Amino acid sequence: MAEYTLRIRRYDPQSGEAAHWDDHTVELEPKQSVLDAILKVKDEEDGSIGIRCSCQQAICGSCGVRMNGKPGLACNTHLDEAAARGHGTGWNPPDEGQAERQVITVEPMGNMPVIRDLIVDMDAVHWKKIQRVTPWLVNKEPVPEREYIVPHDNMVDVTQTMACIQCGACVSDCLSMEVDPGFIGPAALAKAYRFVGDPRDAQPLERLNDLSQDPHGIYDCTHCFSCIDACPKGVDPMSQIMRLRRKAGEDYDIVDRNNGKRHEDAFVKNIRKNGLLQEADLLADSYGGKFHPRAVPELLSGLPTVATAMSRGKMTPKTALTHPHKAPDDVRKLFDEIDGREERIELNLYVTGYEDAPENVESEAEETTGTETEEDQ
Amino acid sequence: MPSHDVLIIGAGLAGQRAALAAAQSGASVAIISKVHPVRSHSVAAAGGINAALNPEDSWESHAFDTVKGSDYLGDQDAIEIMARAAPEEILWLEHAGVTFHRNETGHLGTRAFGGASAARTYYVADITGHAILHVLYEQLMKHHETVDRYEEWFTLGLLQNDEGHCVGAVCRDLRDGHIEIFNAKATILASGGAGQVYKPTTNGLIVTGDGIAQAYRIGAKLMDMEMIQYHPTTLAGNGLLITEGARGEGAQLFNAEGERFMEKYAPNKLELASRDVVSRAEQTEINEGRGFDDGTVALDITKVPRKRTLEALREIVNIGRDFAGVDITREPIHIKPGMHYIMGGVKTDSDGQTTIPGLYAAGEVACVSVHGGNRLGANSLLDTLVFGRRSGEHAARRAVQMPMPSTPASKISEAERDVSEILNREPEGRRIGAIKDELGDTMNQYVAVFRDQEGLTKALEIVERLKEEAGQAPIDDRGTVFNQDVIAHIELGYMLDVAETIVVASLERKESRGAQFRTDFPERNDDEWLKHIDISLNGGERPEVSYSPVTITRWQPEERTY
Repeated sequence: MAEYTLRIRRYDPQSGEAAHWDDHTVELEPKQSVLDAILKVKDEEDGSIGIRCSCQQAICGSCGVRMNGKPGLACNTHLDEAAARGHGTGWNPPDEGQAERQVITVEPMGNMPVIRDLIVDMDAVHWKKIQRVTPWLVNKEPVPEREYIVPHDNMVDVTQTMACIQCGACVSDCLSMEVDPGFIGPAALAKAYRFVGDPRDAQPLERLNDLSQDPHGIYDCTHCFSCIDACPKGVDPMSQIMRLRRKAGEDYDIVDRNNGKRHEDAFVKNIRKNGLLQEADLLADSYGGKFHPRAVPELLSGLPTVATAMSRGKMTPKTALTHPHKAPDDVRKLFDEIDGREERIELNLYVTGYEDAPENVESEAEETTGTETEEDQ
Repeated sequence: MPSHDVLIIGAGLAGQRAALAAAQSGASVAIISKVHPVRSHSVAAAGGINAALNPEDSWESHAFDTVKGSDYLGDQDAIEIMARAAPEEILWLEHAGVTFHRNETGHLGTRAFGGASAARTYYVADITGHAILHVLYEQLMKHHETVDRYEEWFTLGLLQNDEGHCVGAVCRDLRDGHIEIFNAKATILASGGAGQVYKPTTNGLIVTGDGIAQAYRIGAKLMDMEMIQYHPTTLAGNGLLITEGARGEGAQLFNAEGERFMEKYAPNKLELASRDVVSRAEQTEINEGRGFDDGTVALDITKVPRKRTLEALREIVNIGRDFAGVDITREPIHIKPGMHYIMGGVKTDSDGQTTIPGLYAAGEVACVSVHGGNRLGANSLLDTLVFGRRSGEHAARRAVQMPMPSTPASKISEAERDVSEILNREPEGRRIGAIKDELGDTMNQYVAVFRDQEGLTKALEIVERLKEEAGQAPIDDRGTVFNQDVIAHIELGYMLDVAETIVVASLERKESRGAQFRTDFPERNDDEWLKHIDISLNGGERPEVSYSPVTITRWQPEERTY
């Protein structure tokens, strides 16, 4: 048993009070979950704490919250793990520096309005975005009398996105959505991949075109990995977004009006040539090259930034126009090898599992400690 | 007040399937659920769904396995309907978008499951229920113009007119606490089982027997309530489910002495005997001292090739890691029998009609009875879908022929008064959580794998005392926005009603059949007990027992061995 301070963010719209922290001390095993702790407090001390929860096994997706700053499911986050996250991060608001006290802050998820305590309005954000991606199979015609005959691997592949439990953890911490609330977002785009990657769907082109051309679509993702960190089910939303991009750009040659595809191509070309990024070329190339009519207004609008950079000594005319670095052979070889493949290799948890992982990776070390008690018997 | 031809309460697989079928039949439909539909506990169904779809398989074989699995208590006409409808239902799901895993030729793949004479379980890794539930919700989003969704609304009670017909329900919006009457020509209960009556259970916190109690309170008959399934493989501490799919894929059971004990109890089917048989075998090993110190036996999933486990049993890899600290691909995991499913429920015919006109039930809340004394694994998803669809279609047909009933608005103020009585209760008496814990422990101790007169009598006394106490249990939350305290209180009342009927029925059945094993009556007794036990309030306040015959068409009861 260990003692934890559960610091819950409380908000009741009827009380007239602002949101505030509410501390409770609980004594539980370190391998019990944050939800166990919340429910203990709710059962024994204060039944008014609002949290959605049901299955307690990370499958119903109800209990998405932020724990010591990181989103996830309260039911499969161990107390020791959540508490350790808070150490030295400044995440324990009022009394900092008391790491020994094992403080766990629990807050509602971000990017969605709070209804009450830990309960957020998922309809207003999450489900609206899901509905945006035509979230149902559009059957390829003719619909067979029996099942569609499709490769096993395809079905295992889409199982990764099918495994999404719609908990909202990825939406909570999506940085792009914070900047652009219109962004379709990680969960809905992962859902879109579930159809695009499904060989029974009749409209992959229409779906990809739609999601490429929308300024809040697949090219609105900034590749920050937050959703991958957040996802408790290994759906890897960002990976699914990147797969949508590859399908759109490479398989269907969709050149979007947001310059997303051109930007990606320019980036790849730039690295292939220089090894390190030559920023001065990147902007121009993303719009078709320095002298392309599309690029001129973009370059002009970028001039004040360039001027500021020069005045502060971050850039000289020489570094702006030339790039001393050339890609070493190894980099070129990598590109050649990847380009030379007949098929793209896509990583998928369900397909690859942990098969390639070395024997003594970190997670396994953790698991060994977890089983000590059983071995003792 | 909202008015619809068909009102569906509960949005798991049975409810969503009923909604789609009723809408397809031209009815106006509302589906109401106390949680968002994808949180419904159908989401936790892991292993798969049975159907004799393969040309070498036959519906007769599926039906016989189900009859035998039920220990001959299942109604064979209903079982025949279910087994015949299964292949079509699988194909409907496949076309709707369920990502069933394939075999090497690209056709639908199958895995073996308990009590089945062929590999006829169709699956999506070990998230089959989840995959189907989410796909049905995709269909609900697609058909949003014909199905009105009321998500996070709690049903306070069913409404009856003067003739005793069910005419809808009175429900509370969890977001702001306001109460509405939902008028309906037909009402379908699809609100799931009652696992929370037990502790531990594999069921989620929302599974509190609401629909069973609501129907019982307005006079509907319940049936087979004594038949509680203990799943053979649940985690020792928290009761979480390890799918039967693991054994279907080749995992084996061992006692603490390293003996593959199923060889003694079911020499032919071994680990894939029916669930009641395997659970009893495990409990016998544990009771006779051959289990581990934590009251468990071992499930060895390392017998399954690692790559296959990672692809097809990923969810239990995660459960082992997160909730038991065990890598199931490398070492055995400790498990024991745990409460999982209630075969009994609101008595219905094969169109889902209960004994109350206008009220239907489908899925775990209902008892058709296709599971009888023991449900086969992967038959419950099938039950929810087949009888969900049939209820939806029948209810829609019924609705066409009748005018919209009206309900006096006074029902709203009555419901409001009931809620404010709870809100204004004096803060004395035991807490809801304490009462619920005692209930769960009691049921798990006395109304479990092995039962006897003495224990059951004691359980009944405790349940009755708890009913008294629940009436005084205080709450902390006086607000109207997401007041979960008030809901927990009402759910506790539902659970206690359901618990009482379970215990009464278990006391009544003085024989051992399926999931009911009476140590004081250890034999099956077809002469006296090849019949259903029905329970109803019958206008009074206490459960009254009556009997109804088991429908036997082509399979006469035989001795049951695996």
